[in-house]
Amino acid sequence: MKSYDLIIVGAGIVGAACADYASHEGLNVAIVEPGPIGGGATAAAMGHLVAMDDDPAELALAHYSLGLWESFTEVPQAEYSRCGTLWVASTEHDFARIPDKLARLTAAGIHAEQIDTEQLYRLEPALVPGLAGGMRVPGEAVVYPPGVARHLVDRAVARGTELHGGVASRVENGELRLADNTRLRGPVLVATGCALPQLLPQLPLRTRKGHLVITDRYPDVVHHQLLELGYADSAHGDADSSVAFNVQPRPTGQILIGSSREYGSSTPDVSMAMVRRMLERTFQYLPSLRQLEALRIWTGFRPVSMDGLPYLGRVPGQTDVWVAAGHEGLGVTTSLGSARIVIDQLLGRPAAIDPRPYDPARIAA
Amino acid sequence: MNTLRTRIEINGRQVEVPAGASVAAAIAQLGLSCRRSVTGQWRAPFCGMGVCFECRVQIDGIAQQRACMVPVSEGMQVLTDD
Amino acid sequence: MTERYDVLVIGAGPAGLAAAHAAATHGARVGLLDAQATAGGQVWRKDVRHVGPRQARRRMADALNHPHVTWLAQTRVVAVEQDGLLLEDTRRARRIEYGALILATGARELLLPFPGWTLPGVTGAGGLQALAKQGWPLAGRRVIVAGSGPLLLAVAATARRHGAIVLGIHEQASAGAVNRFACNLWRWPTKALQAVLLRGQLAGVPYRCGSVVRRATGEDTLRAIELDGPHGTERLECDQLAIGYGLLPNVELAQMLGCALQLDGAHPYVDVDSQQRTSVTGVYAAGELCGIGGRDSAGIEGAIAGHAAAGAVVDASLLRQRQHARSFAAALRQHFALDPRVRTLAEPNTLICRCEDVPLQALDGYTDARGAKLATRCGMGACQGRICGSALAELGRFPRSGQRPPLFPARLSTLGDIDLSSCHHQGSSA
Repeated sequence: MKSYDLIIVGAGIVGAACADYASHEGLNVAIVEPGPIGGGATAAAMGHLVAMDDDPAELALAHYSLGLWESFTEVPQAEYSRCGTLWVASTEHDFARIPDKLARLTAAGIHAEQIDTEQLYRLEPALVPGLAGGMRVPGEAVVYPPGVARHLVDRAVARGTELHGGVASRVENGELRLADNTRLRGPVLVATGCALPQLLPQLPLRTRKGHLVITDRYPDVVHHQLLELGYADSAHGDADSSVAFNVQPRPTGQILIGSSREYGSSTPDVSMAMVRRMLERTFQYLPSLRQLEALRIWTGFRPVSMDGLPYLGRVPGQTDVWVAAGHEGLGVTTSLGSARIVIDQLLGRPAAIDPRPYDPARIAA
Repeated sequence: MNTLRTRIEINGRQVEVPAGASVAAAIAQLGLSCRRSVTGQWRAPFCGMGVCFECRVQIDGIAQQRACMVPVSEGMQVLTDD
Repeated sequence: MTERYDVLVIGAGPAGLAAAHAAATHGARVGLLDAQATAGGQVWRKDVRHVGPRQARRRMADALNHPHVTWLAQTRVVAVEQDGLLLEDTRRARRIEYGALILATGARELLLPFPGWTLPGVTGAGGLQALAKQGWPLAGRRVIVAGSGPLLLAVAATARRHGAIVLGIHEQASAGAVNRFACNLWRWPTKALQAVLLRGQLAGVPYRCGSVVRRATGEDTLRAIELDGPHGTERLECDQLAIGYGLLPNVELAQMLGCALQLDGAHPYVDVDSQQRTSVTGVYAAGELCGIGGRDSAGIEGAIAGHAAAGAVVDASLLRQRQHARSFAAALRQHFALDPRVRTLAEPNTLICRCEDVPLQALDGYTDARGAKLATRCGMGACQGRICGSALAELGRFPRSGQRPPLFPARLSTLGDIDLSSCHHQGSSA
């Protein structure tokens, strides 16, 4: 039986980031991934690096991670593009929420600025007239998540990490069993996103389906990642289904359009009804997008923990089983910070930010 | 023989083609290609039947239209890549 | 607004026209749609300079003039919805429901990569024919026709009719195979007649067998090609190269509907029973998408599907005719089988994905279309992998991935809002 310092199950962006950091810290690592690298939620994601200010722990993790992302700006596979985020207020009521958001972001160390209507239309002339203003976070960016995941795995492999194509079937203390009965010995870190319950059913996890639409190349139509200020109401609300205005300029000139959230749907089929709702929302903000050609629609599933915060740390009741999963819609942004928090704990080091809010032990509380 | 002609404008230049001809044909009449590929190569119609998307141009203000799928209409404004 | 037809026919080539007409004769209310502006499909595509063949004009008149047939030009299927299809025409989205659906989506060319195949001036073989019929200027241009199959003769004849100087036809199949095919043609008299007529129109045009285009050269446009034939390599200057390696069924809509497919070599076709029924209740398929068989079998299958979809009994003579016509397809496949050489023409730096400019070497090591797409963007572009995916399947790399909506790129307004009243006054603020 081969033994490792760490066996990581899953090569999505979170598992890949864990492998990268662990191998960098000198651990002898194995990754177990039967599918393409970054082929799950990582491939389906928008790749927006964004700080959400609604929850302090989420904000802290995002801010920590955004700092780590700065070393990826020149990595070609990452396709890093610092387009900034522009939160759009459609009403005076929304606009009035900006000072509080600004204060929270500023307190966390993130530079953001309030935008009046004149600036709004100068920055994004395609926006529908009559909006109230917005908030710009100029340092935020977009990346190509599967490219990042591959880059991280490549780096880890270059440091000696082994990539196994098998299917993990069971986790035991200090051992991982594969479907073909191969056994790998060592501490196991489960980073399988939506597939978490298959290995660790004790950690509550729901999946939340999303749709995205991408257009042909239309450069210079939008310049920032655009979100409605009410985005968090959709993202953090618990409605069975919701949509929010969320449009991204890809470095290719393509426009990536989101976003929808749906509980209770487990098939990857495209729901044209959901696409319709999502695009109706988009046209309320960007009516000129109507005439552009859409190339593809796809769906993906967000792994949602019991409280919306990821599970990062030791699995309760186990000594050598660890977890990094349940990031919902922020797994790309927070992947790098998540990896550090878990691996630092595994190495017995203090984490750079307080890890307690993400401790899986909270499920028992 | 079809004697009806339709006049359109491509990159600001007038061109006259048989009525019912495709925008792709009108572009070829001026000796032009359609688009630059993502690495900057010139491309022109390839499959001729709307499958390959090599002949995408801007037609009446809307980009990424397949020139081989659109019949000319009087006064149409077409832009190829430059 | 939702429209409804008893029978909805997708594609107005020989199969779709026959299907629409057959269904209409039983009193069914028929919708017949095609992405093109005029009916006829690829084989009977309208020629803006010349009058089409009599049979084609008659079949089109029969279908389009029938009082029970509604002709929907420039209308394309975008997505399959619970109770119908989402479509768009040049201006708006439409939703159409149906009692029965007949797929007659025809075929496209098998276009295989070789160095220089992306140069302007290189087109498909049927591609050049289609372009010429749409008014593409060929007068005085030096054209070489290459690839495989009897279509090459028709392409050369069309090019000549449009004033091209056809320098030669280069068939990849060996002279022996082509001769055996020609000797068997008497079994299908209409095919033999076509061949004779075409040869008559092509007097003086060399027809070379066992001849493969290895490379096209030129800066921003085609200047010359290199041929690899029985007598060695040869360089020929030309203005146009029309090259196609046969036809491929357009199965994507059938796939989206969930119809069972079969494989013919590397490429899928739709599985149907004797009544042209697919595995999905109420969905029929006729013509090339059920396996390449040519326009005669397409017409027969269309008629069978049309009768069956209208709930009528299908005449046994039609079933016999189909069998005979299908045997022609089998002979075609046998005699024009691809020389393995044509699958090895692409060099490591030859672009395979023309939408995203992905070279062959970037795909080394990938064993499935999705993994390759995520890593290289191969197949991520506007053609949705129809060109590169089919080519890679033929090259033995990996099969094409499945079809998701939209079936073809579609306007966001179609996907987002099918309420017509709100489509017109918006979209002007940018």
